[in-house]
Amino acid sequence: MYALEVNELRKTYGNGVEALKGISLTVEEGDFFALLGPNGAGKSTLIGIVSSLVNASSGETKVFGTSVQQQRSLAMSHIGLVPQELNFNQFEKPLEIVVNQAGYYGIPRGVALERAEKYLRQLNLWDKAENISRTLSGGMKRRLMIARAMMNEPRLLILDEPTAGVDIEIRRSMWDFIREINDQGTTVILTTHYLEEAESLCRNIAIIDHGEIIKNTDMKSLLATLDVETFVLDLRESISHCPFVEGMEIVVRDEKTLEASLPKQKSLNNLFAELDRQGVHVLSMRNKANRLEELFMGLVDKSQANGGAA
Amino acid sequence: MSSNLVWVGYVTIVRKEITRILRIWGQTIVPPAITMTLYFIIFGELIGRRIGEMGGFSYMQYIVPGLVIMSVITNSYGNMVSSFFGAKFGKHIEELLISPLPNWVILAGYVTGALARGLMVGAVVLVVSLLFTPIEVQHPLIMLSVLLLTAVVFALAGMVNAIFAQKFDDIAIIPTFVLAPLTYLGGVFYSIALLPEFWQKVSVVNPILYMVNGFRYGMLGVSDVSLAMTYGVILIAGGILFFTCLFLLNRGTGLRT
Repeated sequence: MYALEVNELRKTYGNGVEALKGISLTVEEGDFFALLGPNGAGKSTLIGIVSSLVNASSGETKVFGTSVQQQRSLAMSHIGLVPQELNFNQFEKPLEIVVNQAGYYGIPRGVALERAEKYLRQLNLWDKAENISRTLSGGMKRRLMIARAMMNEPRLLILDEPTAGVDIEIRRSMWDFIREINDQGTTVILTTHYLEEAESLCRNIAIIDHGEIIKNTDMKSLLATLDVETFVLDLRESISHCPFVEGMEIVVRDEKTLEASLPKQKSLNNLFAELDRQGVHVLSMRNKANRLEELFMGLVDKSQANGGAA
Repeated sequence: MSSNLVWVGYVTIVRKEITRILRIWGQTIVPPAITMTLYFIIFGELIGRRIGEMGGFSYMQYIVPGLVIMSVITNSYGNMVSSFFGAKFGKHIEELLISPLPNWVILAGYVTGALARGLMVGAVVLVVSLLFTPIEVQHPLIMLSVLLLTAVVFALAGMVNAIFAQKFDDIAIIPTFVLAPLTYLGGVFYSIALLPEFWQKVSVVNPILYMVNGFRYGMLGVSDVSLAMTYGVILIAGGILFFTCLFLLNRGTGLRT
C-alpha cells in the first residue's frame, strides 16, 4: 500500500491561477521522500490538498489507501503536518499547544501529557514547555511545530520547509530527529530549499515546476545522471596563468582559487596529477554547489525554457 | 469515527476556549461588569427613580433582565467572533482543520466556549444587579433555558460573521451596526407598550425583543410577547444559523482555499 497516492490532481484557484496541472505521484510506505521545486511551483498547494487545507479542483488523493476527498477524517488521522509558516497561537504555552493538538486526534489527556514530554524533550524544548510561545526563538518555534505534528504519532509526516531560517546546528539536530522517526517506520515527505538537506536525507524525489512533475525518481539514479561536477580548489601559492588540463574546464576565480569542471568519466586523480606536473599545488577542495542543486537547476531551467513542461 | 475522538476533541476545544477567556479576564469579564454597573447607576438609580414603576416593578428591577441578557448576547457573540476569527487570522485554526475532527464537533466546541463566556458575564452582571435591587426569580427554568438558547443563537451568529470576516474591521461591523441597535431597541430599557402603535409593529420584527422579554418573563413574570413566540423565534433562528454554520464549515468557506 502506498503512503500517498495522487492521481491526476488539478487545482485552479479562484483568480484563475492553475497551481497543479493534473499531477500523479506515489510515495511508498516508509519512504523518505523529497518534494522539490522553485517558489510557486505548486508544492504547498499539493501539501495543502493532501492535508485537506486546500480543496482540489479534480483528481484524487489517497493516504494509506483512504481518500482525502471521500473519507477526510480517517485520512487525516494518519497525517502529521509541519507547515511552512508558523501557525500556532503565540500566546499559548508549548505544552498547551501540543497537548491540545493531541486532543484534536482523540488522544486522552493523560497519554497526551506523556507524549508531550517525550517529544518536547527529544526536540530540546521541555525546559520551555511553560513559556509563552512568542518568546521562543525562531528555531524553537520550528521545533515546536515538529513536536506538535508528532503528537498523533502519524504514519505520514509532511514537513514543508521545516528548517527554513534555522541555524546549521539546530538544522542538523532536526535532521537527526526526523531520520530517527523515519527509521522507526514513519513515512516522511520533505520540501526544502536546502538541497543538501534533501540529498542527505531522502531516498526518492519528485521535482515539481509550473504545477507539473518534471522528475520523479530515486535519489541515486538522479545523482547518477549528473554529467559534470564543478569543484573549487584552494591553492597553496598564487598563480599567474590558468593551468590547462585536457577534457576539463578550468577557470581562475582569483590568484589562489580555481574552479574545475570535470565530466563524470574523468578522474580527480588525473586533475591532481596534471596540476602537480604544472607546479600548481592544491591545499583543499570542495564542491562548488551541491550535486542535487546542479541537477535541480538544470531540470528547472530546462522546464522553464520549454514553457513549463520538461 | 470513534466516540473517543468526538468527546476528547470537543472537551479539548472547550477547555482551550475557557482557558482563553480566563487568561484574558481583563478583556472578557471585567469590562462588561463595569459597563453594566454604570447602566445600573445611571439608568436604574439616577434616572430610574424619576421614571417610577414599569410593568409593576421598580425601573431598576425592570431593566435587570434586559441588561443581563444584553451582556449574554454581546459576550457570546463577541467571544465566538474574536476567538474564531483570531484563530483564522493567526492561522492556528489549521490545527483543527487538518485534524480528523468533524466540523460539527468544532462548531459545538466553539459554541460551548462562547456559551461559557456568556454565562460567566451574565452571572457577574446578575450579582452586580443584586447590589442595587433585590430580585425574586419567578420561573427559573424558563429564565435559564431562554438564557442558554439565546447564548447559543448569538454564538452561531458570531461564527457566521467570523467565517466571512477577512480583516478585524469585518468583525466590528455587525456588533456595532446591527447587534447594538437591535439590542437597545429590543426592550432592554422599556416595555414596547410605551411605544406608538407603528413602532410597536416595527419592534415585533426584532428577534432580540423576544429573547429579552422571554428572559424577563422567567425572572419577573412579565413580558410584552408570548412565551411560545419567544421559544419559536429562538429555535427557528438557532436552527437556521446552525445549519448555515455547518454548511459553511463543510464547504470550507473562508477557511479552506
